[in-house]
Amino acid sequence: MSSEVDDPQAYGLHRVGGRPPLLKYLRGVAQRRDFIVSLAKFRIEAENQRHRLGMLWIVLKPILEAAVFGLVFGTLMRSTRGVPDFIVFLIIGVFVFEFFSSSFGAGSKAITNNQALVQSLSFPRMSLPISVVTQKFMQLVPTIVLLMVFLLALGHKASLNWFLMVPLLILYYMFCLGLAFITARLTVHLPDLSNLLPFASRFLFYTSGIFFSVDVRFADTPLLLKYVEYQPLYAFLSLARELLLDSDPLYDVRTQFWPILVCWSIGLLIVGTIFFWAAEERYGRVD
Amino acid sequence: MVVSTEGTGKRARPDSRLPVVIVDDLHVEYKVYATGKRATEADRGGLLRRAKRTRTVHALKGVSFTAYENDSIGVIGSNGSGKSTLMRAITGLTPSSSGAVYAVSRPSMLGVGAALIKTLSGQRNVILGGLAMGLSKREVEERYDEIVDFAGIRPFIDLPMRTYSSGMTARLKFAIATVRKHEILIVDEALAVGDRKFRKRSEQRIREIRDNAGTVFLVSHSMQSIRDTCNRVIWIEKGELMMDGDPDEVISAYEATR
Ligand SMILES: Nc1ncnc2c1ncn2[C@@H]1O[C@H](COP(=O)(O)OP(=O)(O)O)[C@@H](O)[C@H]1O
Ligand SMILES: [Mg+2]
Repeated sequence: MSSEVDDPQAYGLHRVGGRPPLLKYLRGVAQRRDFIVSLAKFRIEAENQRHRLGMLWIVLKPILEAAVFGLVFGTLMRSTRGVPDFIVFLIIGVFVFEFFSSSFGAGSKAITNNQALVQSLSFPRMSLPISVVTQKFMQLVPTIVLLMVFLLALGHKASLNWFLMVPLLILYYMFCLGLAFITARLTVHLPDLSNLLPFASRFLFYTSGIFFSVDVRFADTPLLLKYVEYQPLYAFLSLARELLLDSDPLYDVRTQFWPILVCWSIGLLIVGTIFFWAAEERYGRVD
Repeated sequence: MVVSTEGTGKRARPDSRLPVVIVDDLHVEYKVYATGKRATEADRGGLLRRAKRTRTVHALKGVSFTAYENDSIGVIGSNGSGKSTLMRAITGLTPSSSGAVYAVSRPSMLGVGAALIKTLSGQRNVILGGLAMGLSKREVEERYDEIVDFAGIRPFIDLPMRTYSSGMTARLKFAIATVRKHEILIVDEALAVGDRKFRKRSEQRIREIRDNAGTVFLVSHSMQSIRDTCNRVIWIEKGELMMDGDPDEVISAYEATR
Protein backbone atom coordinates (compact mmCIF):
# COMPACT_ATOMS: atom_id res chain seq x y z
CA MET A 1 0.00 0.00 0.00
CA SER A 2 2.65 2.49 0.99
CA SER A 3 4.55 2.21 -2.28
CA GLU A 4 1.37 3.00 -4.19
CA VAL A 5 0.76 6.08 -2.11
CA ASP A 6 4.35 7.22 -2.30
CA ASP A 7 4.38 7.11 -6.05
CA PRO A 8 1.74 9.83 -6.71
CA GLN A 9 3.34 12.07 -4.13
CA ALA A 10 6.69 11.83 -5.87
CA TYR A 11 5.10 13.68 -8.77
CA GLY A 12 3.37 16.23 -6.59
CA LEU A 13 -0.05 14.62 -6.91
CA HIS A 14 -2.62 14.91 -4.15
CA ARG A 15 -5.61 12.88 -3.29
CA VAL A 16 -8.71 14.56 -4.70
CA GLY A 17 -11.82 15.28 -2.71
CA GLY A 18 -10.06 15.69 0.60
CA ARG A 19 -11.23 18.31 3.06
CA PRO A 20 -8.84 21.25 3.35
CA PRO A 21 -7.83 22.50 6.81
CA LEU A 22 -10.30 24.96 8.32
CA LEU A 23 -8.41 28.20 7.65
CA LYS A 24 -7.63 27.29 4.07
CA TYR A 25 -11.25 26.29 3.64
CA LEU A 26 -12.48 29.64 4.94
CA ARG A 27 -10.11 31.45 2.59
CA GLY A 28 -11.67 29.46 -0.23
CA VAL A 29 -15.10 30.59 0.92
CA ALA A 30 -13.93 34.21 1.00
CA GLN A 31 -12.67 33.89 -2.57
CA ARG A 32 -16.16 32.86 -3.60
CA ARG A 33 -17.83 35.98 -2.18
CA ASP A 34 -18.80 37.34 -5.59
CA PHE A 35 -20.52 34.06 -6.39
CA ILE A 36 -22.28 33.98 -3.03
CA VAL A 37 -23.63 37.52 -3.36
CA SER A 38 -24.62 37.17 -7.03
CA LEU A 39 -26.40 33.91 -6.40
CA ALA A 40 -28.38 35.60 -3.60
CA LYS A 41 -29.22 38.63 -5.74
CA PHE A 42 -30.18 36.64 -8.80
CA ARG A 43 -32.38 34.32 -6.80
CA ILE A 44 -34.30 37.27 -5.41
CA GLU A 45 -34.64 38.58 -8.94
CA ALA A 46 -35.82 35.21 -10.25
CA GLU A 47 -38.31 34.87 -7.41
CA ASN A 48 -39.91 38.22 -8.06
CA GLN A 49 -39.63 38.29 -11.81
CA ARG A 50 -42.75 36.26 -12.38
CA HIS A 51 -44.86 38.80 -10.50
CA ARG A 52 -46.32 41.98 -11.93
CA LEU A 53 -45.25 43.99 -8.91
CA GLY A 54 -41.77 42.47 -8.99
CA MET A 55 -39.41 43.54 -6.23
CA LEU A 56 -42.21 45.42 -4.49
CA TRP A 57 -43.25 42.10 -3.01
CA ILE A 58 -40.21 42.15 -0.74
CA VAL A 59 -41.99 44.83 1.31
CA LEU A 60 -45.58 43.96 0.43
CA LYS A 61 -45.41 40.48 1.91
CA PRO A 62 -44.44 41.49 5.46
CA ILE A 63 -47.03 44.30 5.39
CA LEU A 64 -49.77 41.85 4.52
CA GLU A 65 -48.51 39.47 7.13
CA ALA A 66 -48.58 42.15 9.80
CA ALA A 67 -52.08 43.12 8.70
CA VAL A 68 -53.33 39.55 9.14
CA PHE A 69 -51.72 39.16 12.55
CA GLY A 70 -52.92 42.58 13.62
CA LEU A 71 -56.45 41.63 12.71
CA VAL A 72 -56.33 38.23 14.37
CA PHE A 73 -54.47 39.03 17.56
CA GLY A 74 -55.36 42.66 17.94
CA THR A 75 -59.10 42.47 17.47
CA LEU A 76 -60.19 38.83 17.61
CA MET A 77 -58.00 37.47 20.40
CA ARG A 78 -57.40 40.73 22.26
CA SER A 79 -53.83 39.93 23.15
CA THR A 80 -53.15 43.65 23.26
CA ARG A 81 -53.48 43.51 27.04
CA GLY A 82 -50.83 45.67 28.63
CA VAL A 83 -49.15 46.62 25.39
CA PRO A 84 -49.25 50.25 24.40
CA ASP A 85 -48.81 50.86 20.67
CA PHE A 86 -49.83 47.30 19.91
CA ILE A 87 -49.69 47.72 16.12
CA VAL A 88 -46.12 48.94 16.17
CA PHE A 89 -45.16 46.31 18.71
CA LEU A 90 -46.61 43.61 16.48
CA ILE A 91 -45.15 44.88 13.23
CA ILE A 92 -41.63 45.08 14.58
CA GLY A 93 -42.03 41.55 15.91
CA VAL A 94 -43.35 40.15 12.65
CA PHE A 95 -40.81 41.92 10.42
CA VAL A 96 -37.83 40.97 12.53
CA PHE A 97 -38.94 37.39 13.08
CA GLU A 98 -39.56 36.90 9.36
CA PHE A 99 -35.79 36.90 8.70
CA PHE A 100 -35.27 34.14 11.22
CA SER A 101 -38.05 31.91 9.97
CA SER A 102 -37.23 32.31 6.28
CA SER A 103 -33.50 31.79 6.68
CA PHE A 104 -34.08 28.92 9.09
CA GLY A 105 -36.40 27.21 6.62
CA ALA A 106 -34.37 27.78 3.47
CA GLY A 107 -30.99 27.47 5.20
CA SER A 108 -31.70 23.95 6.37
CA LYS A 109 -32.31 22.94 2.76
CA ALA A 110 -29.31 24.80 1.36
CA ILE A 111 -27.47 21.59 0.49
CA THR A 112 -30.32 19.14 -0.05
CA ASN A 113 -32.11 21.48 -2.46
CA ASN A 114 -28.96 21.98 -4.50
CA GLN A 115 -27.82 18.41 -4.99
CA ALA A 116 -27.28 18.83 -8.72
CA LEU A 117 -25.02 21.81 -8.16
CA VAL A 118 -23.12 20.10 -5.36
CA GLN A 119 -22.56 17.06 -7.56
CA SER A 120 -21.34 18.87 -10.62
CA LEU A 121 -19.10 21.72 -9.47
CA SER A 122 -16.44 21.83 -6.82
CA PHE A 123 -16.50 24.85 -4.54
CA PRO A 124 -16.61 25.16 -0.77
CA ARG A 125 -20.12 23.95 0.08
CA MET A 126 -20.39 26.56 2.79
CA SER A 127 -21.07 29.04 0.00
CA LEU A 128 -24.60 27.65 -0.33
CA PRO A 129 -25.96 28.26 3.18
CA ILE A 130 -24.17 31.63 3.25
CA SER A 131 -25.84 32.57 -0.01
CA VAL A 132 -29.28 31.56 1.23
CA VAL A 133 -29.01 33.49 4.50
CA THR A 134 -27.54 36.48 2.64
CA GLN A 135 -30.49 36.37 0.27
CA LYS A 136 -32.94 36.50 3.17
CA PHE A 137 -30.90 39.28 4.78
CA MET A 138 -31.07 41.31 1.59
CA GLN A 139 -34.84 40.95 1.82
CA LEU A 140 -34.85 41.99 5.48
CA VAL A 141 -33.01 45.28 5.09
CA PRO A 142 -35.65 47.05 2.95
CA THR A 143 -38.39 45.94 5.34
CA ILE A 144 -36.50 47.50 8.24
CA VAL A 145 -36.21 50.75 6.30
CA LEU A 146 -39.92 50.54 5.56
CA LEU A 147 -40.53 50.01 9.25
CA MET A 148 -38.68 53.20 10.09
CA VAL A 149 -40.68 55.16 7.52
CA PHE A 150 -43.84 53.72 9.02
CA LEU A 151 -42.79 54.75 12.53
CA LEU A 152 -42.11 58.29 11.38
CA ALA A 153 -45.48 58.39 9.65
CA LEU A 154 -47.15 57.35 12.91
CA GLY A 155 -45.50 60.25 14.67
CA HIS A 156 -42.66 58.45 16.41
CA LYS A 157 -39.41 60.33 16.55
CA ALA A 158 -36.21 59.09 15.00
CA SER A 159 -33.42 58.78 17.51
CA LEU A 160 -29.71 58.07 17.52
CA ASN A 161 -30.59 54.63 18.85
CA TRP A 162 -31.75 53.73 15.38
CA PHE A 163 -28.11 53.47 14.36
CA LEU A 164 -27.71 50.65 16.87
CA MET A 165 -29.97 48.61 14.61
CA VAL A 166 -26.89 48.09 12.42
CA PRO A 167 -24.88 46.07 14.99
CA LEU A 168 -28.07 44.35 16.08
CA LEU A 169 -28.83 43.20 12.54
CA ILE A 170 -25.24 42.08 12.05
CA LEU A 171 -25.49 39.94 15.19
CA TYR A 172 -28.82 38.63 13.95
CA TYR A 173 -27.25 37.70 10.60
CA MET A 174 -24.39 35.87 12.32
CA PHE A 175 -26.85 34.04 14.53
CA CYS A 176 -28.98 32.83 11.64
CA LEU A 177 -25.91 31.93 9.60
CA GLY A 178 -24.49 29.75 12.37
CA LEU A 179 -27.85 28.09 12.76
CA ALA A 180 -28.12 27.49 9.00
CA PHE A 181 -24.70 25.78 8.97
CA ILE A 182 -25.90 23.37 11.63
CA THR A 183 -29.32 22.62 10.16
CA ALA A 184 -27.98 22.37 6.58
CA ARG A 185 -25.61 19.62 7.65
CA LEU A 186 -28.13 17.83 9.87
CA THR A 187 -30.66 17.75 7.04
CA VAL A 188 -28.10 16.02 4.82
CA HIS A 189 -27.70 13.24 7.39
CA LEU A 190 -31.37 13.10 8.22
CA PRO A 191 -33.66 14.35 5.42
CA ASP A 192 -36.73 13.85 7.61
CA LEU A 193 -35.61 16.88 9.56
CA SER A 194 -36.92 19.18 6.86
CA ASN A 195 -40.40 18.08 7.94
CA LEU A 196 -39.72 18.74 11.63
CA LEU A 197 -37.93 22.07 11.52
CA PRO A 198 -41.00 24.11 10.48
CA PHE A 199 -42.58 23.05 13.78
CA ALA A 200 -39.56 24.25 15.72
CA SER A 201 -39.83 27.52 13.88
CA ARG A 202 -43.50 27.83 14.68
CA PHE A 203 -42.90 27.01 18.34
CA LEU A 204 -40.40 29.84 18.52
CA PHE A 205 -42.85 32.13 16.80
CA TYR A 206 -45.46 31.54 19.48
CA THR A 207 -43.07 31.80 22.43
CA SER A 208 -40.96 34.80 21.47
CA GLY A 209 -43.49 37.43 22.37
CA ILE A 210 -44.34 38.56 18.89
CA PHE A 211 -48.02 39.29 19.42
CA PHE A 212 -48.16 39.55 23.20
CA SER A 213 -45.97 41.01 25.88
CA VAL A 214 -43.96 38.27 27.54
CA ASP A 215 -43.67 40.24 30.78
CA VAL A 216 -47.41 40.58 31.11
CA ARG A 217 -48.40 37.13 29.88
CA PHE A 218 -45.74 35.11 31.73
CA ALA A 219 -45.76 37.27 34.85
CA ASP A 220 -47.01 34.48 37.13
CA THR A 221 -44.87 31.72 35.58
CA PRO A 222 -41.27 32.41 36.66
CA LEU A 223 -39.95 29.39 34.77
CA LEU A 224 -41.21 30.75 31.46
CA LEU A 225 -39.84 34.18 32.26
CA LYS A 226 -36.46 32.60 32.91
CA TYR A 227 -36.62 30.70 29.60
CA VAL A 228 -37.48 33.82 27.72
CA GLU A 229 -34.65 35.73 29.30
CA TYR A 230 -32.02 33.60 27.57
CA GLN A 231 -34.03 32.85 24.47
CA PRO A 232 -32.08 34.67 21.76
CA LEU A 233 -35.01 35.43 19.47
CA TYR A 234 -36.90 37.14 22.24
CA ALA A 235 -33.77 39.16 22.94
CA PHE A 236 -33.45 40.17 19.29
CA LEU A 237 -37.08 41.25 19.14
CA SER A 238 -36.95 43.11 22.43
CA LEU A 239 -33.80 44.98 21.55
CA ALA A 240 -35.20 45.93 18.15
CA ARG A 241 -38.30 47.32 19.88
CA GLU A 242 -36.22 49.13 22.46
CA LEU A 243 -34.02 50.74 19.84
CA LEU A 244 -36.84 51.77 17.58
CA LEU A 245 -39.30 52.96 20.27
CA ASP A 246 -37.16 54.35 23.04
CA SER A 247 -39.77 56.82 24.15
CA ASP A 248 -41.88 54.23 25.90
CA PRO A 249 -40.84 52.84 29.31
CA LEU A 250 -42.26 49.37 28.55
CA TYR A 251 -39.72 49.05 25.79
CA ASP A 252 -36.90 50.18 28.00
CA VAL A 253 -35.54 46.68 28.04
CA ARG A 254 -32.64 45.46 30.09
CA THR A 255 -29.32 46.11 28.42
CA GLN A 256 -28.01 42.70 29.50
CA PHE A 257 -29.55 41.42 26.27
CA TRP A 258 -26.56 42.75 24.35
CA PRO A 259 -23.91 40.50 25.92
CA ILE A 260 -26.32 37.55 25.74
CA LEU A 261 -26.79 38.10 22.02
CA VAL A 262 -23.11 38.63 21.37
CA CYS A 263 -22.42 35.28 23.03
CA TRP A 264 -25.17 33.51 21.15
CA SER A 265 -24.22 34.91 17.75
CA ILE A 266 -20.47 34.46 17.93
CA GLY A 267 -20.79 31.11 19.66
CA LEU A 268 -23.29 29.72 17.20
CA LEU A 269 -21.33 31.00 14.22
CA ILE A 270 -18.10 29.36 15.41
CA VAL A 271 -19.76 26.08 16.34
CA GLY A 272 -21.77 26.05 13.12
CA THR A 273 -18.74 26.78 10.95
CA ILE A 274 -16.72 23.93 12.40
CA PHE A 275 -19.67 21.57 12.39
CA PHE A 276 -20.43 22.28 8.74
CA TRP A 277 -16.81 22.13 7.59
CA ALA A 278 -16.24 18.78 9.32
CA ALA A 279 -18.63 17.04 6.92
CA GLU A 280 -17.45 18.81 3.76
CA GLU A 281 -16.68 15.54 1.98
CA ARG A 282 -20.11 14.19 2.78
CA TYR A 283 -22.22 16.72 0.90
CA GLY A 284 -21.70 15.49 -2.64
CA ARG A 285 -22.50 11.94 -1.77
CA VAL A 286 -25.75 10.52 -3.01
CA ASP A 287 -26.57 7.91 -0.35
CA MET B 1 -1.19 -1.01 -9.24
CA VAL B 2 0.12 2.30 -10.44
CA VAL B 3 3.41 0.81 -11.48
CA SER B 4 1.73 -1.98 -13.34
CA THR B 5 -0.22 0.46 -15.54
CA GLU B 6 3.07 1.51 -16.98
CA GLY B 7 4.22 -2.03 -17.46
CA THR B 8 1.27 -3.37 -19.43
CA GLY B 9 3.21 -2.92 -22.63
CA LYS B 10 0.16 -1.46 -24.35
CA ARG B 11 1.39 2.02 -23.57
CA ALA B 12 5.01 2.59 -22.88
CA ARG B 13 5.41 5.22 -20.21
CA PRO B 14 6.25 8.45 -22.02
CA ASP B 15 9.28 9.61 -20.07
CA SER B 16 9.06 13.25 -20.95
CA ARG B 17 5.46 13.61 -19.75
CA LEU B 18 4.52 13.77 -16.11
CA PRO B 19 1.53 11.95 -14.65
CA VAL B 20 -1.31 14.33 -13.79
CA VAL B 21 -4.03 11.90 -12.69
CA ILE B 22 -3.47 8.52 -11.09
CA VAL B 23 -6.50 6.32 -10.53
CA ASP B 24 -5.52 3.54 -8.17
CA ASP B 25 -7.76 0.48 -7.84
CA LEU B 26 -10.86 2.63 -7.61
CA HIS B 27 -14.10 1.17 -6.32
CA VAL B 28 -17.31 3.16 -6.05
CA GLU B 29 -20.46 1.85 -4.42
CA TYR B 30 -23.77 3.63 -4.30
CA LYS B 31 -26.03 2.84 -1.40
CA VAL B 32 -29.57 3.62 -2.36
CA TYR B 33 -32.77 3.35 -0.41
CA ALA B 34 -34.76 0.98 -2.55
CA THR B 35 -38.26 2.36 -2.76
CA GLY B 36 -39.76 0.01 -5.27
CA LYS B 37 -40.36 -3.56 -4.27
CA ARG B 38 -38.22 -6.16 -5.87
CA ALA B 39 -40.09 -8.80 -7.77
CA THR B 40 -38.97 -11.69 -5.56
CA GLU B 41 -39.89 -10.14 -2.27
CA ALA B 42 -43.43 -10.01 -1.07
CA ASP B 43 -44.93 -7.56 1.35
CA ARG B 44 -43.64 -9.22 4.49
CA GLY B 45 -42.03 -7.19 7.22
CA GLY B 46 -43.35 -4.00 8.70
CA LEU B 47 -43.28 -0.58 7.26
CA LEU B 48 -40.13 0.33 9.16
CA ARG B 49 -38.18 -2.69 8.06
CA ARG B 50 -38.92 -2.03 4.46
CA ALA B 51 -38.07 1.61 4.71
CA LYS B 52 -34.58 0.82 5.92
CA ARG B 53 -33.65 -1.61 3.18
CA THR B 54 -30.84 -0.36 1.02
CA ARG B 55 -29.35 -1.70 -2.16
CA THR B 56 -25.75 -1.37 -3.09
CA VAL B 57 -24.83 -0.64 -6.68
CA HIS B 58 -21.21 -1.48 -7.34
CA ALA B 59 -20.60 1.08 -10.07
CA LEU B 60 -16.81 0.81 -10.35
CA LYS B 61 -14.92 -2.37 -9.56
CA GLY B 62 -11.24 -1.67 -9.33
CA VAL B 63 -10.29 0.73 -12.12
CA SER B 64 -6.65 1.78 -12.45
CA PHE B 65 -4.87 3.95 -14.97
CA THR B 66 -2.57 6.93 -15.19
CA ALA B 67 -3.18 10.03 -17.28
CA TYR B 68 -0.25 12.17 -18.40
CA GLU B 69 -0.04 15.83 -19.31
CA ASN B 70 -1.22 16.58 -22.84
CA ASP B 71 -3.30 13.43 -22.82
CA SER B 72 -6.72 13.67 -24.33
CA ILE B 73 -8.54 10.58 -23.21
CA GLY B 74 -11.78 9.37 -24.70
CA VAL B 75 -14.02 7.36 -22.37
CA ILE B 76 -16.46 4.94 -23.97
CA GLY B 77 -18.82 2.19 -22.82
CA SER B 78 -22.51 1.39 -22.92
CA ASN B 79 -25.12 3.22 -20.84
CA GLY B 80 -24.79 2.58 -17.12
CA SER B 81 -21.29 1.16 -17.44
CA GLY B 82 -19.89 3.67 -14.96
CA LYS B 83 -18.36 6.38 -17.13
CA SER B 84 -20.01 9.29 -15.34
CA THR B 85 -19.24 7.71 -12.00
CA LEU B 86 -15.57 7.47 -12.93
CA MET B 87 -15.54 11.11 -14.02
CA ARG B 88 -17.21 12.29 -10.82
CA ALA B 89 -14.77 10.24 -8.77
CA ILE B 90 -11.86 11.86 -10.62
CA THR B 91 -13.14 15.31 -9.68
CA GLY B 92 -13.62 14.17 -6.10
CA LEU B 93 -17.36 14.75 -6.21
CA THR B 94 -18.19 11.08 -5.67
CA PRO B 95 -16.14 9.51 -2.90
CA SER B 96 -14.50 6.15 -3.47
CA SER B 97 -15.39 3.18 -1.32
CA SER B 98 -11.84 1.91 -1.68
CA GLY B 99 -8.85 2.89 -3.75
CA ALA B 100 -8.02 6.51 -4.51
CA VAL B 101 -7.58 9.16 -7.14
CA TYR B 102 -4.56 11.45 -7.12
CA ALA B 103 -4.22 14.57 -9.25
CA VAL B 104 -1.89 17.54 -9.62
CA SER B 105 -4.80 19.95 -9.36
CA ARG B 106 -8.48 19.50 -8.81
CA PRO B 107 -10.03 18.39 -12.11
CA SER B 108 -13.10 20.32 -13.15
CA MET B 109 -16.23 19.02 -14.79
CA LEU B 110 -18.00 20.82 -17.52
CA GLY B 111 -21.01 20.90 -15.28
CA VAL B 112 -21.86 24.54 -14.91
CA GLY B 113 -25.48 23.91 -15.91
CA ALA B 114 -26.62 23.22 -12.37
CA ALA B 115 -25.56 26.68 -11.24
CA LEU B 116 -27.69 28.50 -13.77
CA ILE B 117 -31.18 29.88 -13.15
CA LYS B 118 -33.47 29.11 -16.06
CA THR B 119 -35.88 31.97 -15.53
CA LEU B 120 -33.15 34.60 -15.76
CA SER B 121 -31.64 36.05 -18.92
CA GLY B 122 -28.61 34.62 -20.69
CA GLN B 123 -26.68 37.70 -19.63
CA ARG B 124 -27.33 37.06 -15.93
CA ASN B 125 -26.46 33.42 -16.37
CA VAL B 126 -23.13 34.14 -18.03
CA ILE B 127 -22.20 36.15 -14.95
CA LEU B 128 -23.52 33.57 -12.49
CA GLY B 129 -21.95 30.65 -14.34
CA GLY B 130 -18.58 32.37 -14.63
CA LEU B 131 -18.58 33.10 -10.90
CA ALA B 132 -19.60 29.52 -10.16
CA MET B 133 -16.64 28.33 -12.20
CA GLY B 134 -14.43 30.30 -9.86
CA LEU B 135 -13.75 33.45 -11.86
CA SER B 136 -13.76 36.79 -10.09
CA LYS B 137 -16.30 39.43 -10.99
CA ARG B 138 -13.73 41.41 -12.97
CA GLU B 139 -12.62 38.34 -14.90
CA VAL B 140 -16.21 37.57 -15.83
CA GLU B 141 -16.70 41.10 -17.11
CA GLU B 142 -13.51 40.89 -19.16
CA ARG B 143 -14.47 37.58 -20.74
CA TYR B 144 -18.16 38.32 -21.15
CA ASP B 145 -18.04 39.09 -24.88
CA GLU B 146 -15.84 36.11 -25.58
CA ILE B 147 -18.34 33.78 -23.88
CA VAL B 148 -21.35 35.24 -25.67
CA ASP B 149 -19.67 35.13 -29.06
CA PHE B 150 -18.40 31.60 -28.63
CA ALA B 151 -21.89 30.47 -27.66
CA GLY B 152 -23.25 32.40 -30.63
CA ILE B 153 -26.36 33.58 -28.81
CA ARG B 154 -25.87 37.33 -28.82
CA PRO B 155 -29.33 38.11 -30.32
CA PHE B 156 -30.99 36.15 -27.50
CA ILE B 157 -28.78 37.17 -24.62
CA ASP B 158 -31.50 39.26 -22.93
CA LEU B 159 -34.13 36.51 -23.10
CA PRO B 160 -34.73 34.10 -20.22
CA MET B 161 -32.72 30.92 -20.55
CA ARG B 162 -35.83 28.77 -20.40
CA THR B 163 -36.70 30.02 -23.90
CA TYR B 164 -33.45 28.64 -25.36
CA SER B 165 -33.37 25.45 -27.39
CA SER B 166 -31.41 22.56 -25.89
CA GLY B 167 -28.63 23.15 -28.40
CA MET B 168 -28.37 26.83 -27.49
CA THR B 169 -28.32 25.94 -23.80
CA ALA B 170 -25.57 23.40 -24.35
CA ARG B 171 -23.54 25.95 -26.30
CA LEU B 172 -23.90 28.53 -23.57
CA LYS B 173 -22.89 26.05 -20.88
CA PHE B 174 -19.87 24.90 -22.83
CA ALA B 175 -18.80 28.48 -23.53
CA ILE B 176 -19.06 29.41 -19.85
CA ALA B 177 -17.36 26.29 -18.58
CA THR B 178 -14.35 26.45 -20.88
CA VAL B 179 -13.67 30.14 -20.41
CA ARG B 180 -11.47 29.40 -17.45
CA LYS B 181 -8.07 27.80 -17.86
CA HIS B 182 -8.39 24.17 -16.90
CA GLU B 183 -5.45 21.97 -16.19
CA ILE B 184 -7.65 18.92 -16.15
CA LEU B 185 -11.01 19.15 -17.85
CA ILE B 186 -13.78 16.57 -17.97
CA VAL B 187 -16.44 16.72 -20.66
CA ASP B 188 -19.24 14.23 -20.01
CA GLU B 189 -21.58 13.98 -23.01
CA ALA B 190 -21.84 17.75 -23.20
CA LEU B 191 -21.30 18.12 -26.92
CA ALA B 192 -23.91 15.69 -28.18
CA VAL B 193 -26.80 18.17 -28.45
CA GLY B 194 -25.06 20.96 -30.34
CA ASP B 195 -25.20 21.31 -34.10
CA ARG B 196 -22.32 20.32 -36.35
CA LYS B 197 -20.72 23.74 -36.45
CA PHE B 198 -20.75 24.01 -32.69
CA ARG B 199 -19.35 20.53 -32.30
CA LYS B 200 -16.40 21.36 -34.54
CA ARG B 201 -15.76 24.55 -32.60
CA SER B 202 -15.92 22.87 -29.23
CA GLU B 203 -13.67 20.04 -30.35
CA GLN B 204 -11.23 22.71 -31.48
CA ARG B 205 -11.36 24.24 -28.04
CA ILE B 206 -10.72 20.89 -26.40
CA ARG B 207 -7.65 20.45 -28.58
CA GLU B 208 -6.45 23.90 -27.55
CA ILE B 209 -6.76 23.01 -23.89
CA ARG B 210 -4.83 19.82 -24.50
CA ASP B 211 -2.12 21.64 -26.43
CA ASN B 212 -1.70 24.12 -23.56
CA ALA B 213 -0.41 21.30 -21.38
CA GLY B 214 -3.90 20.47 -20.21
CA THR B 215 -5.42 17.03 -19.88
CA VAL B 216 -8.90 16.31 -21.16
CA PHE B 217 -11.31 13.44 -20.53
CA LEU B 218 -14.06 13.24 -23.11
CA VAL B 219 -17.03 10.96 -22.50
CA SER B 220 -18.94 10.55 -25.73
CA HIS B 221 -20.98 8.15 -27.75
CA SER B 222 -19.76 9.76 -30.94
CA MET B 223 -16.79 7.68 -32.04
CA GLN B 224 -16.06 10.36 -34.63
CA SER B 225 -15.63 13.05 -31.95
CA ILE B 226 -13.37 10.74 -30.02
CA ARG B 227 -11.23 9.89 -33.04
CA ASP B 228 -10.93 13.59 -33.88
CA THR B 229 -9.89 14.77 -30.42
CA CYS B 230 -8.34 11.93 -28.45
CA ASN B 231 -4.94 10.29 -28.47
CA ARG B 232 -6.03 7.53 -26.12
CA VAL B 233 -9.25 5.73 -25.29
CA ILE B 234 -10.48 3.99 -22.15
CA TRP B 235 -13.30 1.48 -22.45
CA ILE B 236 -15.40 0.83 -19.34
CA GLU B 237 -17.94 -1.96 -19.16
CA LYS B 238 -20.02 -2.91 -16.07
CA GLY B 239 -17.65 -0.95 -13.85
CA GLU B 240 -14.49 -2.61 -15.11
CA LEU B 241 -11.74 -1.32 -17.32
CA MET B 242 -11.93 -3.41 -20.49
CA MET B 243 -9.25 -1.76 -22.55
CA ASP B 244 -6.95 1.25 -22.50
CA GLY B 245 -4.90 2.34 -25.47
CA ASP B 246 -4.82 3.62 -29.01
CA PRO B 247 -8.19 5.05 -30.16
CA ASP B 248 -8.53 2.98 -33.32
CA GLU B 249 -7.73 -0.29 -31.57
CA VAL B 250 -10.04 0.29 -28.62
CA ILE B 251 -12.88 1.66 -30.70
CA SER B 252 -12.84 -1.28 -33.10
CA ALA B 253 -12.76 -3.75 -30.21
CA TYR B 254 -15.68 -1.87 -28.62
CA GLU B 255 -17.67 -1.77 -31.83
CA ALA B 256 -17.08 -5.48 -32.38
CA THR B 257 -19.15 -6.17 -29.25
CA ARG B 258 -22.12 -4.10 -30.40
N1 LIG C 1 -26.54 8.74 -7.93
C1 LIG C 1 -26.62 7.41 -8.11
N2 LIG C 1 -27.22 6.64 -7.19
C2 LIG C 1 -27.28 5.31 -7.34
N3 LIG C 1 -26.81 4.64 -8.39
C3 LIG C 1 -26.21 5.35 -9.35
C4 LIG C 1 -26.08 6.78 -9.26
N4 LIG C 1 -25.43 7.22 -10.36
C5 LIG C 1 -25.17 6.12 -11.09
N5 LIG C 1 -25.63 5.01 -10.50
C6 LIG C 1 -25.52 3.63 -11.01
O1 LIG C 1 -24.17 3.38 -11.32
C7 LIG C 1 -24.05 2.73 -12.54
C8 LIG C 1 -23.16 3.53 -13.47
O2 LIG C 1 -23.82 4.72 -13.81
P1 LIG C 1 -23.12 5.89 -14.63
O3 LIG C 1 -21.77 6.10 -14.09
O4 LIG C 1 -24.03 7.06 -14.68
O5 LIG C 1 -23.04 5.24 -16.09
P2 LIG C 1 -22.72 5.90 -17.51
O6 LIG C 1 -22.34 7.31 -17.31
O7 LIG C 1 -21.62 5.05 -18.05
O8 LIG C 1 -23.95 5.74 -18.34
C9 LIG C 1 -25.46 2.50 -13.07
O9 LIG C 1 -25.84 1.18 -12.75
C10 LIG C 1 -26.29 3.49 -12.30
O10 LIG C 1 -27.56 2.96 -12.07
MG1 LIG D 1 -23.19 9.10 -18.07
